[in-house]
Amino acid sequence: MRHVITALVMNEPGVLAHVANMFSARGFNIDSLVVGRTEDPQLSRMTIVVVADDRTLDQVRKQLAKIVTVVKVRDYRETPFVARDLMLVKLSASPRTRSEIIELAGLFRGHILDVGHNSLTVELSGEEDKLDAFVDLVRPYGIRELARTGMIAMARGGHAMSLAGEDSDGTGSPTVAAPPIAQSSGRPARVAVKRVPTQEELEATPPG
Amino acid sequence: MSTLTPPTGAPKSVGAARNKNKNAERSEARSVEPKSDARNQGVTAESSTGLPVLGAPTGRTNRYVGKTGAEIMLQMLVEHGVTDAFGYPGGAILPTFDQLYKNQINFILVRHEQGAGHMADGYARATGKPGIVIVTSGPGATNTVTPLATAYMDSIPMIVFSGQVRTYMIGNDAFQEADVTGITRPVTKRNYLVKSVNDLPRIINEAFIIATTGRPGPVLIDLPVDVTTSKVEQMIDDTPYLPGYKVYRAGHSRMIKQAMELINRAERPVLYVGGGAIISDAWAEVRELAKKANIPCTTTLLGMGAFDEHNPLSLHMLGMHGSAYANYAVQESDCLIAVGARFDDRVTGNLKLFAPKARIIHVDVDPSSISKNVKVDVPVVGDAKLCLAEMCELAEYRPREAWLEQIKAWKQKFPFTYHDDSPLPKPQAIIEAINQVTEGKAYFTTGVGQHQMWAAQFIRWRFPRSMITSGGLGTMGYGLPAAIGAQVGRPGELVIDIDGDASYIMTAMELATIRQFNLPVKVAILNNRFQGMVRQWQQLFYGGRFSNSEMVNPDFAAMAESFGIRGMRCTRKEDVLKTVEEMVKHPGPCVVDFLCETAENVYPMVPSGKGLHEMELGVVASAPPNSARELGSLA
Repeated sequence: MRHVITALVMNEPGVLAHVANMFSARGFNIDSLVVGRTEDPQLSRMTIVVVADDRTLDQVRKQLAKIVTVVKVRDYRETPFVARDLMLVKLSASPRTRSEIIELAGLFRGHILDVGHNSLTVELSGEEDKLDAFVDLVRPYGIRELARTGMIAMARGGHAMSLAGEDSDGTGSPTVAAPPIAQSSGRPARVAVKRVPTQEELEATPPG
Repeated sequence: MSTLTPPTGAPKSVGAARNKNKNAERSEARSVEPKSDARNQGVTAESSTGLPVLGAPTGRTNRYVGKTGAEIMLQMLVEHGVTDAFGYPGGAILPTFDQLYKNQINFILVRHEQGAGHMADGYARATGKPGIVIVTSGPGATNTVTPLATAYMDSIPMIVFSGQVRTYMIGNDAFQEADVTGITRPVTKRNYLVKSVNDLPRIINEAFIIATTGRPGPVLIDLPVDVTTSKVEQMIDDTPYLPGYKVYRAGHSRMIKQAMELINRAERPVLYVGGGAIISDAWAEVRELAKKANIPCTTTLLGMGAFDEHNPLSLHMLGMHGSAYANYAVQESDCLIAVGARFDDRVTGNLKLFAPKARIIHVDVDPSSISKNVKVDVPVVGDAKLCLAEMCELAEYRPREAWLEQIKAWKQKFPFTYHDDSPLPKPQAIIEAINQVTEGKAYFTTGVGQHQMWAAQFIRWRFPRSMITSGGLGTMGYGLPAAIGAQVGRPGELVIDIDGDASYIMTAMELATIRQFNLPVKVAILNNRFQGMVRQWQQLFYGGRFSNSEMVNPDFAAMAESFGIRGMRCTRKEDVLKTVEEMVKHPGPCVVDFLCETAENVYPMVPSGKGLHEMELGVVASAPPNSARELGSLA
């Protein structure tokens, strides 16, 4: 089964390689892996789509959390979430077919990014199924080039994932902003220390 | 720790003689650090909040201004309680070696960087302190990959500092350049390429925390030449920044309660104790729980010494070459309590057939170990020492007469044994002699293979940290350098490398290190002129086709002598005990070549793919009833 996992990771060289290597070293299958910046310049966010049963998914989460540069991990087995994929597709388009393609793109709320003598570049975002459906529809016109970003995802409601902690109380109250990176002297090491993990934590991933 | 640490194994006079060696003198001369237990030193200490405390206060500070990276590194090592380090110089790390020249750290120059890594590993296992390695770029760093992987598999705290080409040269295929952070990432808990000297103090503080806390492991810090030579010119912050790092301490009280309810109700419980109990110094708690709740206890290869094998409740080692009684007990158990163990395939045999009747409780500091191989019923995530202490509080004594009777019967029927029926000494007899002479009061290191298993089987392990062996990775050649490291960490104590001829010669050039630093390491080579375990598998599973497993060896005694080390050779059964005594009594380093029987196999043996109860008993099945050796088979 396909599962979506998001991870906040430290924004530094080698983290992507570490995560990707962990997946291959442990034989987990990645469908897609997207990484990009977040609101916090120190953190990047990864969205990983894996094919795994429940037990393997638990291992994936735990092994991700074990990597020192991975700050937070969550999956969306029990959380409603929104997910988007972005696609650029360059199609063969003669003056005769151009308007048909533009119409189809419009139906899918796509944008025309570029028009050439014999081509048309469409930008489309949405859930993966929707993009697949569009690709199916335009295939007869001739796909010259196609690029997709892979999925990014986020929980519905007020749940938020940030350095300061996850708002997992389900109240939808806003989360506390990440603490500033400026540091005062004499402070003990800022290491997250878990004293009492809950049953859920023990059975699933250690939360941050 | 005081009561359980193996006392100095050798007689008093010998101990005194040994103290005359240069290393012991140096260790006394440099007593700038307070002499205390490793747990209370530097970063391994814990404050009341559970947060690791660093060697020196951290924060924004001027104290590094005007110092070079190399100066800062050495200063911080001393602040973190480092007294000994291992390594080899080279171009890219020379600025650091220049500082070492003036520093009080006892530096052990090795003959190959792999040796430095295993020495640091052996040092860490013997003392509990992180092992420190300093090597150069390129080949110097890549030579530490095997020790890093060894330490990573067995969760050993180690920090490797490797030189690197100048930052602006990185990626240019410069001389002695290698992508060391890329190469070592899968075998380190964390690694760093330091890009600016301003980051170095923070990174070193982080490295000590990561290496020594939680589930310990190796950390590598790659130091470009321009980082070690340039100076800090401004106020910098050395506070560790580890937002993604979690350290589990006390276990969840509800899980502990659940676990103890299961244990107190159990008819046939078994404690299965691994290396985690040694790492977290939980041996007193292990013994307390076994005694208070009356539970038989088996240990893994890395857990040897966490439980006293003279105790009637001891089942000795379990697993592929474990005791028949430990394996039967696990398979019959209704409640298996794993402590700091990870259900390795060498322990479980076929997972589908493992402990079929048991509810499984797993105490481990690493949540990713829980339910990784075996589905766990009650997980207790936390430090073994703290969790077991709480569990002891709730433990109830149950007589469990039927269960203990059954175990006693198995122990009587299937003791570890061998037949003394060959002209040359049997390897097991040599290890028995070593056990007899030392009474287990020594630090033992091993290579990997038959001799390692026989050492596990025929030495009666009583003291934590006394077994120093590469379990997870199974690194041949580990024994000699690990013994050197253990000796450096425990000057004045008896350190014996029980090695195989094939393992030994993989790193035998470190004899020169032994000579140079006059370390009184003892080496007992069980020389069967074969890679014994490979030969055993080829005999049992490959039709006796001994493909490339036979060794033509040098005269090991003469070889040792050529290094300026006492070499002995023993070929007759009647000389074994005498030779072992002579070896142990010899005040300096000593290598003994014990010629032993070739065609001897390790039994019991669980063939791969079989359950623990389906083991081949071999000679153990044919043991005459009176052959139960008093060496711990029955107390």
